[in-house]
Amino acid sequence: MKKDIKKRNTILTIILIGIIFAYMLILQLNSASHSYAISIIERSAIYAVVAVAMNMLTGFTGLFSLGQAGFMAIGAYVTAILIIPVESRPTVYYVNGIAPWLANVSLPWWLAMLLGGLIAAGFAALIGFPVLRLKSDYLAIATLGFAEIIRAVIAAPGLNQITNGSYGLNTIPGYHSIFTPVIVSIICIALMVMLLRSSYGRAFTAIREDEVAAEAMGINLFKTKELAFIISSFFTGIAGGLLAIYMRSIDAKTFQVTLTYTILLIVVLGGLGSVTGSVIGAFLVMGGQEWLRFFDEPLTIGGVSIPLFRAGFRMVIFSILLMVVVLFWRKGLMGGREFSWQGLINLFRRIPQLFRKKKSGEGAKNE
Amino acid sequence: MLKITDLCVNYGGIEAVRNISFEVPDGKIVTLIGANGAGKSTTLRTIIGLVKAKEGSINLDGEELLGRSTTVIVSKGITLSPEGRHMFPDMTVLENLKIGAYLRTDDLNEDIERMYELFPILKSRKWQAAGTLSGGEQQMLAVARALMCHPKILMMDEPSLGLAPKIVRQIFEIIKKINEQGTTILLNEQNANMALQAADYAYVMETGRITMSGTGKELLRDSSVKKAYLGL
Repeated sequence: MKKDIKKRNTILTIILIGIIFAYMLILQLNSASHSYAISIIERSAIYAVVAVAMNMLTGFTGLFSLGQAGFMAIGAYVTAILIIPVESRPTVYYVNGIAPWLANVSLPWWLAMLLGGLIAAGFAALIGFPVLRLKSDYLAIATLGFAEIIRAVIAAPGLNQITNGSYGLNTIPGYHSIFTPVIVSIICIALMVMLLRSSYGRAFTAIREDEVAAEAMGINLFKTKELAFIISSFFTGIAGGLLAIYMRSIDAKTFQVTLTYTILLIVVLGGLGSVTGSVIGAFLVMGGQEWLRFFDEPLTIGGVSIPLFRAGFRMVIFSILLMVVVLFWRKGLMGGREFSWQGLINLFRRIPQLFRKKKSGEGAKNE
Repeated sequence: MLKITDLCVNYGGIEAVRNISFEVPDGKIVTLIGANGAGKSTTLRTIIGLVKAKEGSINLDGEELLGRSTTVIVSKGITLSPEGRHMFPDMTVLENLKIGAYLRTDDLNEDIERMYELFPILKSRKWQAAGTLSGGEQQMLAVARALMCHPKILMMDEPSLGLAPKIVRQIFEIIKKINEQGTTILLNEQNANMALQAADYAYVMETGRITMSGTGKELLRDSSVKKAYLGL
């Protein structure tokens, strides 16, 4: 019986993966006509990485950090600077010129991305020392401040020859295929899931649940928190690199605090402490922002144009939907659980029951 | 043997522990009894390194532990089952047990089976979130979790707190059983009657000092202990 369920789940998983890859392959083969769908999927995959990384900190370890935009900026700038083709650098840095030591340094994209992640992790290690002594809201404020400092430093005139200051960076070579960002994202998320399932992952959760007990079990609170912070920042940096290649041009304004809030939204919507929740949340939020675009276009019904339908209206609808979700799924869509086929099947089984209950309830009222 | 000498601890601006000395010989059950705020919990928390001592010495088998980190002290074989149980409420019973063995790198299955033998109720609850257990079950899990790291000395802070008398008796039976299997026990209790009956040796703490000591049976007969802690 148990074996049968396991077998069924494996088959369902293989089918799902097959469908997803077949779909992406179709998109890729017709990339000219499907560029819109491709870009949404790429963006969602990238945000899923940051969301899982943030969830590792906030949902699993209980450290409420709002520094994501800062670490993404570090990863994005390191990646972008190192992969802009050497021959097009003079046109990118046309105002201030590029620092001579940097002018001919160029790396393949994956190595640049890895380096971006490592540098972001290095910054995390440094600021972790003072900042991780703080708790909850104070930690959030401190990391938020850090992210803003990073943004200000990137745009500072003193760094014009490296970051191109407020002009930003462009002509970053983009992706040739939808598979590149998606597969990198899958690898990143898989690595984080492996970490969360190891004894370190258990230690993270133990710290979230009860610091005193965790310490009494011999868990070194500071070291473990620092580890979670560094690893989360590493993957956030990688995601920053992915985003830079995806956007093909970045500037300091890309990494404003709203970016962090979007990621926080994904994490909370998906469910704190649920990796699959974060992934689903990323696709819902990124997709939702696009699917609702028809609200932005003028709508005429029977010759009368509805005044509400104008640019920006979709964000109102989007916000209302979010409020509804948060009100009815207080712990997020997944609520700390992981996706399972059994859970999905049970959900479908419950739907008819819900209706039956309602009907019998109404019947009772009528009597 | 765990030997505490002239230990002084300041905690929350007051001298919580003043110059206490006591010994916990191997294989025995030693208990600290005393009223609320006598400094019992602070003493245990200082031994495990959660609270920093002002001065004194904590010596385990000839090795000084004062000033070492909790991680080191736990790895030397002292463990604390904290007051109020401190479960990891959203983790399953099994995960709680595994966290108890955090510092170990060897195979845990044998020990998990041993804990299920000691506490059969935990086996039937192994996939349940620890926060949904009853108070008595949580206390059993707290003890099992502390035992998972193979301690030489198991310190228990108020294991009977908030439990029904029947459950308290069960817990004390388990404490004796664990002790017979070779684990030294240092027990903090307000339930002086149960603690003294179980203990080989006992110390009475009052406002940060040790005011009396003796075997459990001696103290049970002592008139001032009877009056102050046994309500007789």
